[in-house]
Amino acid sequence: MIGTPAPATARTMLPPREHDGPPPPARELPADSDGDSRRAKKIERLVATLFILAGLSGLGFLVAYGTLGVGSITAVQHSNLALGTTLALTLLLLAAGATIWVRHLMPDVELTEQRHPMRSTAQEKAAFEQTFEEGAEASQFVKRPLLRRTLIAATVPLGVAPLFLLRDLGPLPGTSLDTTAWRKGLRLLVYGTGRPITPAEFSSPGGLITVGPEGYLDDDDAMAKAAVIIIKFRPGQLVFGPNVKPGAPSPANLTVPNWTVDNIVAYSKICTHVGCPAALYEQTTHHILCPCHQSTFDATRGAKVLFGPATRALPQLPIGVDSQGYLIATGPFNEPVGPSFWERS
Amino acid sequence: MSVERALESTGTWLDDRLHGARGVRVLLRKVFPDHWSFLLGEIILYSFIILLLTGTFLTFWFQPSMTDVIYHGSYTPLRGVRMSEAYASTLNISFDVRGGLLMRQIHHWAADLFMAGIMAHMIRVFFTGAYRKPREINWLIGIILFTLGLFEGLFGYSLPDDLLSGAGLRITEGILQSFPIVGTYLAFFLFGGPFPGHDIIPRLYIIHVLLIPGVILALITAHLFLMFHQKHTQMPGKGRTNENVVGAPMYPYFMAKTGAFFFFVFAALALASTFAQINPIWLYGPYNPVAMSAGSQPDFYMGMLEGALRVMPNWQWVFFGHTFAFNVFVPALLPLGILFTGAALWPFLEQWITGDRREHHINDRPRNAPTRTAIGIAVITGYGILWAEGANDIIADHLDVSLYAITWAARIGIFVGPVIAYWITKRICIGLQRKDNHLVEHGVETGIIRQLPGGEFIEETRPVDPERLAVLTARVDHPPLPAGDTGKSDVPPAGMRGGLGRVRERLYKVVTESAPMPSAHNGHGDGHGNGHAIEGNGHDQAAITSGTSASSSPTEPEDEHS
Repeated sequence: MIGTPAPATARTMLPPREHDGPPPPARELPADSDGDSRRAKKIERLVATLFILAGLSGLGFLVAYGTLGVGSITAVQHSNLALGTTLALTLLLLAAGATIWVRHLMPDVELTEQRHPMRSTAQEKAAFEQTFEEGAEASQFVKRPLLRRTLIAATVPLGVAPLFLLRDLGPLPGTSLDTTAWRKGLRLLVYGTGRPITPAEFSSPGGLITVGPEGYLDDDDAMAKAAVIIIKFRPGQLVFGPNVKPGAPSPANLTVPNWTVDNIVAYSKICTHVGCPAALYEQTTHHILCPCHQSTFDATRGAKVLFGPATRALPQLPIGVDSQGYLIATGPFNEPVGPSFWERS
Repeated sequence: MSVERALESTGTWLDDRLHGARGVRVLLRKVFPDHWSFLLGEIILYSFIILLLTGTFLTFWFQPSMTDVIYHGSYTPLRGVRMSEAYASTLNISFDVRGGLLMRQIHHWAADLFMAGIMAHMIRVFFTGAYRKPREINWLIGIILFTLGLFEGLFGYSLPDDLLSGAGLRITEGILQSFPIVGTYLAFFLFGGPFPGHDIIPRLYIIHVLLIPGVILALITAHLFLMFHQKHTQMPGKGRTNENVVGAPMYPYFMAKTGAFFFFVFAALALASTFAQINPIWLYGPYNPVAMSAGSQPDFYMGMLEGALRVMPNWQWVFFGHTFAFNVFVPALLPLGILFTGAALWPFLEQWITGDRREHHINDRPRNAPTRTAIGIAVITGYGILWAEGANDIIADHLDVSLYAITWAARIGIFVGPVIAYWITKRICIGLQRKDNHLVEHGVETGIIRQLPGGEFIEETRPVDPERLAVLTARVDHPPLPAGDTGKSDVPPAGMRGGLGRVRERLYKVVTESAPMPSAHNGHGDGHGNGHAIEGNGHDQAAITSGTSASSSPTEPEDEHS
């Protein structure tokens, strides 16, 4: 390791059978016995050079700060490079200089210090005990139980006060996790453009679009639960009905309702594992994949879980079209979206 | 006035008021043992100092606010985009404050180095048995520091409110929600209502810049004070006993070396921050709860938790109208719970099993505690498997392997891997011990073949040199468990009775399993006669007075009275 003189250097200077006789008490072995030898002078000059260069590099840092502006991507790149290089170089040269100084100019000293058991002696302990007991007696803490008990009782409310004070950190969850902003008649607005969409506009099979409820696209709190993906299929690809897949994990998923329009199906985008947006879609296999923990859902079969840590299928949003032909929700989700929570039944 | 005079008068001024001459002199002569692995702790300390410095710089411009703003700054690709003030101010630090990007990157690299240093330091302390009496308190403080570091890091990288860290917060919220009974309350209290709300960034900010650093600072102070007070452990070597500490004095050697080392650590971080980009939040974009990109990865110290979430099968119960989300709260709590609880209990468990309540100041070489080393490697293996599983998508992508196959491999590996690692490590350790014993007992092979007068050929060996011999023979002998007075009755002594006593007896056999102690030193007959007494050299602080040989075992076993 740089900066650490190898302990072996000092030891190899001992005669090989030294341990047979009494060795010197402390090994003070000057690295250079003649302090003013040519070697020492050379090292001195080397270290001084490193320090001078460090100083110059430090000056370079100040100059770079003064001359190189920021405010554009390129300017920041240049500024970062100049400031970082000069700073690192300054520190590196200082470190190298100091290390060479310690290793080659300072004598190699090894001292031995005695340890003493951590445990106090019997007298020390007895003296402490006596002092402690005298103090306890003087305070009359033991002697007057009325004072002691009332004092302890009096501090209890103060002790729990912080718990009360933290109560207003947030509202109680209530049933707010059970519902989303979706309700009957709300249009599906395309996330990004904010425009409603008709089934005809979304005609390419295999496509996926993220949508949100009309009026809530810029509301992060609402979108954190209400984000929905719509996927277009070819006729016959979607499978509905009871028990589409044997061994479906949750009773709620034993049936896949046909709430689709024109082979367009809408699923909650919020992963039922821990709530990441299940944002990846593989067209060939029709798998929806959550990028956070790789829960995989089958988009053709009610977004059932195929693999990964998620338990429940992505809830399906019932959709239809309004009088102008735009996609709308025909009702809210019929179950809570997103990750599981204690109150969910 | 000369420098000397100035120093002297300053010293006098201070001493007149503080009476420091005696105490400070002792301090200056304080001995620090040397070993490369002792630098790991220093790396952590220096990373923390650099974190405080760069972090303070960042607070001058960072706005811990979730208020929506439209960005108009220098980073053109995001102009006109709606984002939180926190994200906008982080862009501002990166693109409109001179040195801001450098400081941000140093801060982030230093945080990673801080955590990596803690892990390496903890591994070093475990494998060398440096946690043993009297240092158990410092071991516990270290575990708390590790835990605090995890939270400090998570909260810190969440502050910029970018897409990546926002997903981390979303996961945090999902995990909190899954906890039985209190889950939704915890989530709502932390986020001030439904996710994401407008409170989380300001709250994490004050926890990140004041609360946790304050506690970390206090605990580091306690950690260093205890290290100072109890004196540092040392590696085995000639002249090093359990009753002394051998090394260079604090002034000027240790101060100069450690000062240089601070500059090395800082320089390494500055270099990394100049040439290796870290957390380019402008590429991730501002957080919104609808988007997420593939290949998202947390900082490395969170990878194990991430892997635990990914490896867990999707078990969930609905019971009496309540959801038990085992698939979330088990991986969130169990692996780290086992790691931290196990680490905290281990020193006491080991003491109870072995009955060894002596002070230990000479570090074990890992091979000389085969079971402990094997347990350590098993834990590291389990941790490593979960950590790699945390990047299962990246591995699948780069190696072109099925994601599901990797996950299944991890599901099996997490149980099988540690067992195999334990077994292999233990065999290797005992093999190394035997090799050491062979060296001690038969000496070093010279390669010289000699013919004896009788015609017989022998290979000459030469004795191991004393320095090496001291290292090779430095082993802790385990005192046998208290046995009953077999002559009088069959009643085992206290502590060895009943089922617990039998468990202890069995564990004792496992924990103390080792190659036998080397029989004779070098076979040259000086094995027991070299306990030379060494005279003090007149320095009151520096005297070797040990009467034991270099290979001496620790202090005599204390009677088990308490």
